[in-house]
Amino acid sequence: MMTSHAPYFIAAWIFLWGLYGIVTSKNLVHQVVCLAILQTSTYVLLLAIGFKVGGTAPVFADIPVGTVVVDPLVQALMLTDVVVEATVMALLLSMVVKANELAGTVDPEELRILTG
Amino acid sequence: MSSRSRVVLFLVSAAGLAAIFAWGFRDLPPMGDYRGPYGYALTQVAVYERHATDVVNAINYDYRGFDTLEEEFILFASVMGVLLIFRPAKGGKGDDDEKKKRQTQIDDDLPISDSLRVSMQGMAGIMIVFGVYIAAHGQLTPGGGFQGGVILASVPLVVYLSGNWRAFEQIISNPLVKIAECGGAAGYAVIGISALFFGAHFLTNIVPLGVTGDPFSAGTIALISLSVGAEVTGGFVLLMHVYLQEIIEERLGKKS
Repeated sequence: MMTSHAPYFIAAWIFLWGLYGIVTSKNLVHQVVCLAILQTSTYVLLLAIGFKVGGTAPVFADIPVGTVVVDPLVQALMLTDVVVEATVMALLLSMVVKANELAGTVDPEELRILTG
Repeated sequence: MSSRSRVVLFLVSAAGLAAIFAWGFRDLPPMGDYRGPYGYALTQVAVYERHATDVVNAINYDYRGFDTLEEEFILFASVMGVLLIFRPAKGGKGDDDEKKKRQTQIDDDLPISDSLRVSMQGMAGIMIVFGVYIAAHGQLTPGGGFQGGVILASVPLVVYLSGNWRAFEQIISNPLVKIAECGGAAGYAVIGISALFFGAHFLTNIVPLGVTGDPFSAGTIALISLSVGAEVTGGFVLLMHVYLQEIIEERLGKKS
């Protein structure tokens, strides 16, 4: 059971480590990176879902239509996210920079100010 | 919220998460067993319907084009958000001459080995060609606008690594970057809207599909791919630009 489900467990493992990092983090930059790690678990999960035994890449440039291929839909779902995630990380990190400027700390424990 | 109540809140949610995990893993089908009906149907029809051999991009830029438009606008909104957060303060910190001087100083400070300097100079040209190739062949082979755009956006970094700081500065502060960012984002929407003028639905593939396997085939898929490529390139280079400005201002602030 373990080997045939390995990718699902790996996805869960990455997700939980990311979550652990976010929960215990003492640094906002570290926390943002943990969120990025957590998000990569969705890539593993989606690719594992779309996998078919004996399937090849869903590109029919050099193989005839009808060949067994892996599910292209989940790949399309994750493809855009890889790039979008990078810009969202940039946005989060810019907020961290501003938080550091305003509060003088990047420790979420000490970020107690809530001013306009 | 006190730290004790936060721990309690975490433990409750963690218990809920553990329960969901246990439930989710209970009847897991073995890997490779999934038969998604949509993915299978699309692999059978995409080549005939859209003349695109890369089904992933046929989905991204056509069958699921509306969702990708939204994702592209998430990207656009994040870049705009970073620009907004890092907008120059009123009155400006330090004048431009001082910035220029400081930049030259940073330039001189850069410890770059000769091997890096030589190898990176050749890399830039190759990467531009490769990035455009990937963005322009999205409908045929793995690639497309998102991937090609990221490759193109890393070209300025390669120029930076080659030690040519002024060329890097000129590339990332070029107004063309903003035009690519906004034009790319608008281009996708304009391609979608132009279908309306032909009496078709939003984002219908109205351009002639051409011969399967030809670089100018698959209609709007190729056009949208190029437009996304421009937007991703512009977005990432803009991000580099604002982060760099921030670093320079930070260093200026520390010096003065």
